[in-house]
Amino acid sequence: MDADIVTISADIDVMSARHRGRELAIGLGISGSDLTLLATAISEIARNIVQYAGIGEIEFRTVTHGGKRGLMIIARDTGPGIADIAQAMQDGYSTSRGMGLGLPGAKRLMDNFEIVSETGKGTRVSMIKWEQ
Amino acid sequence: MEVPILKQGDYLIASIQGSLTDTDLTRLQEKLVLSVRSYRSRGVVIDVTVLDVMDSFAARTLRSIAVMIRLLGAELVIVGIQPEIAFSMVQLGLTLEGTMTSLDLEDGIAMLKSAAQNNGH
Repeated sequence: MDADIVTISADIDVMSARHRGRELAIGLGISGSDLTLLATAISEIARNIVQYAGIGEIEFRTVTHGGKRGLMIIARDTGPGIADIAQAMQDGYSTSRGMGLGLPGAKRLMDNFEIVSETGKGTRVSMIKWEQ
Repeated sequence: MEVPILKQGDYLIASIQGSLTDTDLTRLQEKLVLSVRSYRSRGVVIDVTVLDVMDSFAARTLRSIAVMIRLLGAELVIVGIQPEIAFSMVQLGLTLEGTMTSLDLEDGIAMLKSAAQNNGH
């Protein structure tokens, strides 16, 4: 399994992460509008790291399931965490200067989406885009 | 990446040249608002043809630019939104309410001209 990690601590890293994700996805045969959906989802969750945790990382992994390849993106931080995930996953909810679309939006853009968070410990988002 | 702003008569044209960070977008906003004031521009076209993603921050900044320059008497047209960007915007739940959009630069300028006529300029 290939692993690839981008440290996220400033808005330039948000851009680097989405570029890296797009590059890796192309290598896996993901194409067309899926690349834009993927890059946009990475941008949203990477920005969440910068805004809420200040620092964190995004790991890219190649995954296979039933003969299909996919790109898994894992965003990790040790920031304040999210007290109410159900609320954070609702459209329009935001505690910062975002528009409240970040997490629910990223979920809609990806094929698989999982979030685990603990107050005071941090947040981990993992999401996958599969080749068509 | 700096976004060049070109003055063409009553209008300003900002052509995005590639990927932008949030800081680049915020700078573009400031620069456009100041330029509309100093050139007494009637309209602004932002060309997003080569923008790689339109995420929540980018969409919100474009909407803010539209509101700010309208307060100064100018209109904004966003041109060049690519089909896959439109697709991702809808999935993400983003809208550009209150902002005119057009296929390309030429159409965008035409749209600003007709908007000016309707407003009696």
